Amino acid sequence: MSLRNRLLAVAAAGLVLALPLAANAHRGWIVPSFTVLSGDGAWVTLDAAISNELFYADHNPMRLDAVTVTAPDGSVDKIQNPATGKYRSTFDVQLSKPGTYKIGSAVSTVMASWTQDGQVKRFRGSPEDFAKQVPAGAADLKTIKSFNRNETFVTRDAPTTTVFAPTGKGLELVPVTHPNDLVAGEAATFKFLLDGKPAADLEVTFAPGNSRYRATPGDFKVKTGADGAFKVTFPEAGMYWMNAVVRTGETGRGPGGPGGPGGGMGGPGGGAPGGGAAPATPQAGDGMSASYTATLEALRP
Amino acid sequence: MKRSPKLSLSLLTFAGAAVGAAPALAGDLAITVEVPRLTVAEYHKPYVSIWIENPADATAAGTLAVWYDFGSKEDKGVKWLKDMRQWWRKAGRTMTFPADGVSGATRAPGPQKLVFSGAKGPLKDLKPGQYNLVVEAAREVGGQEAVRVPFAWGKPGKLATAKGTAELGAVTVAVK
Repeated sequence: MSLRNRLLAVAAAGLVLALPLAANAHRGWIVPSFTVLSGDGAWVTLDAAISNELFYADHNPMRLDAVTVTAPDGSVDKIQNPATGKYRSTFDVQLSKPGTYKIGSAVSTVMASWTQDGQVKRFRGSPEDFAKQVPAGAADLKTIKSFNRNETFVTRDAPTTTVFAPTGKGLELVPVTHPNDLVAGEAATFKFLLDGKPAADLEVTFAPGNSRYRATPGDFKVKTGADGAFKVTFPEAGMYWMNAVVRTGETGRGPGGPGGPGGGMGGPGGGAPGGGAAPATPQAGDGMSASYTATLEALRP
Repeated sequence: MKRSPKLSLSLLTFAGAAVGAAPALAGDLAITVEVPRLTVAEYHKPYVSIWIENPADATAAGTLAVWYDFGSKEDKGVKWLKDMRQWWRKAGRTMTFPADGVSGATRAPGPQKLVFSGAKGPLKDLKPGQYNLVVEAAREVGGQEAVRVPFAWGKPGKLATAKGTAELGAVTVAVK
């Protein structure tokens, strides 16, 4: 069995559906009730799900374990009043400070397979668990490391940019136009970073919401330039789902490993995987993927 | 403030065009805003912002008035200021509320007469030239509308007028 098939078999074992690696049709989203708010009594309520139609909860709820709130001053809060139902999760965020909040998840996952006592073993989990559970020096070890972000932005009063400070992990959005300053018909500019460097030639998909009421989905794609920047004009006011994915190494055309031993793969609040021991070191031919998803609102002029 | 005859002459010569660093005349801006009487099941007086826009780049040159639920407990009315979305984006979101000389209570249907002194607020530093007066209304359980009236600041002028279609009636502007 090829590496890819073996790893797909892991995915097919039904461990997690939230990752876009093998689930292109299902789109994860976090949708706020408002993106632009005024006054110090401001709250937003958010829905989070993995669905076919945007933004209708028709498939699975998004698990909220990894969803956090980054306040304009950089502090990280827990979400409030979380509840997970059959089709969607819901939670609240209080905007107690003026400025822009980031609400979402940044999740690092390792999929691995290796041979032990003549049998193929598999692992899927956090880099920390990978370092603990996969034996050092495992034979025939293959890994796919992934880093997935899914977020949205909400601003009380004037927009701020502190929550966009890059961490150098996975795909990250750098605003030129502030994501809470989008108006239908006006061009907006954004930039993407991959592990802190400009993500050149990256295909970015935009899918407008309210797809239930349109005969055609209305998706469109934009490509980043050499500096990772691209321009987009939202054709009409509404909520948009934005997504970009980078995948390398699955077939042996690796980028030289996803940032060194365990590099760039710490989970939200998690430390680096223990030690520089063999299990944490990706081999040539190992894969990596990074995805970025955001829900953006373009307002009526 | 005393004005030299030379300066007054230059203002007349360049009437209608923005003139360098010349200070504005201390004229007044007289505005009427008609809040239409609407027969709807659930009526709330509209939130209204009155502001000055630079026509060249559509930026705000100053906010003259904001009518909202000013006296509500814990100032909860500010929650809906964002619904006057053009004003909010261009001017409101960087202000603090209530704002001295700007904030006021919502007004009942009918014509509302207002006079803004050229010696105070944003008009004090407004350079002579062409501007839009923008009146933007947003009503709870209703719609949102912005009416633009072009006017020339710098010398007394004729009455300029524009009319809304839903949330606002006639808006008139006169520089006195």
